[in-house]
Amino acid sequence: MKEWQAKWRRIGALTRKETRQILRDPSSIAIGIVFPLMMILLFGYGLSLDVTRVSVAVIDQDTSADSAGLIGAFKLSPYFQLQAAGSMTAAKALLLDRKVDGILLIPSDFSRRWHSAVADIQILVDGTDANQARIMQAYADGPVALWSAAQPGSGAAVSAGSVVIVSRLWFNEANDSHYFLVPGLIVLVMTIIGGFLTAMVIAREWERGTLEALFVTPMRAGEFLVSKIIPYFGLGMIGFVLCLLAGEFLFHVPLRGSLSLLCFASMIYLLVALGTGLLVSTLVKSQFLASQLAMLLTFLPAMMLSGFLYDLRSMPAVIRAITYVLPARYAVTLMQTLFLAGNVGGVIWLNLGVLAAIAAALMLATRLATRKQLS
Amino acid sequence: MRSSLLRILALIRKEFLAVLKDPRSRFIIFLPPMLQCLIFGYAASFDLNTVAYAVFDQDHSAASTALLSRLEGSTVFQRQATLGRADDIAAWINSGRALLVVQIDQDFERDLLAGKVAPLEVIADGRNSNTAGTALGYLNRVVENFNDDWRSRHSEAGRSVRIVTRSWYNPNLISSWSMIPSLIGTLTMMGTMMLTALSVAREREQGTFDQLLVTPFRPSEIMAGKAIPNMVIGLSQSTTILLIAQFWFRIPFAGSFVVLYTGLTLFLMAAVGLGLFVSSIAKTMQQAMLYAFLLVMPFALLSGLTTPFSSMPDALQTFMVINPLRYALDLTKRVYLEGAGFANLLSDFFPLFVIGLVTLSGAAWLFRQRLT
Repeated sequence: MKEWQAKWRRIGALTRKETRQILRDPSSIAIGIVFPLMMILLFGYGLSLDVTRVSVAVIDQDTSADSAGLIGAFKLSPYFQLQAAGSMTAAKALLLDRKVDGILLIPSDFSRRWHSAVADIQILVDGTDANQARIMQAYADGPVALWSAAQPGSGAAVSAGSVVIVSRLWFNEANDSHYFLVPGLIVLVMTIIGGFLTAMVIAREWERGTLEALFVTPMRAGEFLVSKIIPYFGLGMIGFVLCLLAGEFLFHVPLRGSLSLLCFASMIYLLVALGTGLLVSTLVKSQFLASQLAMLLTFLPAMMLSGFLYDLRSMPAVIRAITYVLPARYAVTLMQTLFLAGNVGGVIWLNLGVLAAIAAALMLATRLATRKQLS
Repeated sequence: MRSSLLRILALIRKEFLAVLKDPRSRFIIFLPPMLQCLIFGYAASFDLNTVAYAVFDQDHSAASTALLSRLEGSTVFQRQATLGRADDIAAWINSGRALLVVQIDQDFERDLLAGKVAPLEVIADGRNSNTAGTALGYLNRVVENFNDDWRSRHSEAGRSVRIVTRSWYNPNLISSWSMIPSLIGTLTMMGTMMLTALSVAREREQGTFDQLLVTPFRPSEIMAGKAIPNMVIGLSQSTTILLIAQFWFRIPFAGSFVVLYTGLTLFLMAAVGLGLFVSSIAKTMQQAMLYAFLLVMPFALLSGLTTPFSSMPDALQTFMVINPLRYALDLTKRVYLEGAGFANLLSDFFPLFVIGLVTLSGAAWLFRQRLT
């Protein structure tokens, strides 16, 4: 009994010291509170994956009623912003100076060929931004189809029947990108607080020699780790709650799974992040190295290889294979499913199980690496 | 003047030794940019290589088979299952095994032959609505081709407008061609800014900064001694990425190295200036690291690297005139892919020069404030 009491008193004292250290360091608070808020605002209001307002230089070599009509259709489209250009040279200069993103060229035989059969128009895009160029190509189909359907005599196509896609987007009927960004954001925020911040804390004690001072006390390695985990766990949960509130009240992302399961999953992932940070910190014992490693091992995978921003299905097989060893991948799948699809048994228990196993392994490894001995 | 130069040179030598002496730290300066470059190059893409889908065909007609065989024929679409009951759809979507479920009603062929519009019902997994949208776009292309074919077989050929697209500077619209040149700036900025901020903070934490102060070094000399080595390291990081772009990804370099390196030097002035600025605010390494991160994060996200710059709100676009990375991205991509020269790039060079001047002189001022 006495032994247990002493143990918890030691943990309590160390936790208090660590908490004070966090509270008195403005940078910890900045990462715990300012960072989640900044990410929420950036992803909520600043960034958009949708391409709007593509500016296009138009060269009308035909100057017929038909070409004017087609240009009119482009003008009506909300996606295009047209700018007349006299010649190809002028249009190219506009493109090179980034005044326009692409060029629409209507050749001089457009009207003549349209009345006989198939008329070509040319769209030149600037491939330096491949994504935007591809989207622009797809957008151009709209006004062209609209205009040609409205022309008399083009009705022949209708009599043959055609297939129209009627699509339904399950889990995200509104096609709102916040729906998948907010769950991913929770993972990103917890990765930063859990993995990035803690990577410095043990290395700092090594560098400053305060860890050696602790060695001469009755404190055990396990107690030391618990006292490091508790305050940062608290900080991470604050970030989680901020994201959750923003998702609910600012972006109205539905939470279709159970709240308690979401909290539980977040706690498990937070332990994974803390475990990574503490393990890195314990192993390298240098703040500089620990910070760079943490960046490489926690932040980048969570941002790039988790399915948060870039879908895993877009990646080549080799990269996708790498993602299987990264916990962020399981966390993002878990969060997106819990938020949008609900309690889908198979997906949730599998991912949660993997995360719990990783958390346990990391904690164990950190415990083994933390020895009360001088190097 | 000469002794001042000698002092700066000594400091530069010391700085290089401090960073490059430790093999682990050499490793950590060059490995992350290389790894990130490879991973970003392959992973950062909004195209889909595979679309897993399931089919629920209630028609089993020649028309539905023809449409489905078009899907089979595409390399992107990969059929995971042929469903027998509508009840199975939910299971395939929920578990994420299928991104799309294509459902064909039993009247499909009859409607088509009657000249009506035949709906193709598609259920998409909207957990990542961006991906779902891309997949639907691909499906749309396949269906359009089917329609064209069907029309030409079952009616008089109608008139139509054909869009011929050509893409300049990146003819096949490969994502990595736009991504990798952008990384030259992004990764270098992350590395250099943190390195600069941390190197000052480390000296401060270990007390060696105070030792520097009792030497005859002037604050401006100390600053130059910190700035120059970090700029050189930054330039070598850029060069590493440039080499990977050319020899690993084999992206043809269209521009001139003189233009590129002039731009990069101006950009690194700005990045190092920001790093020094952070380090003059931070008291410890942890603070330096976290503040640098908090600064670099919005700069990277709002530079146009991951999402189109022109889609950002106007106010934010205006505010981003202070973001050096935005100019660096534009500059590296245009020199690399378009072969742009000095005349085209003045709109990037000038702001970078101004930002570099402001941050470096600001940092010098703050340095002096903290020293005296």
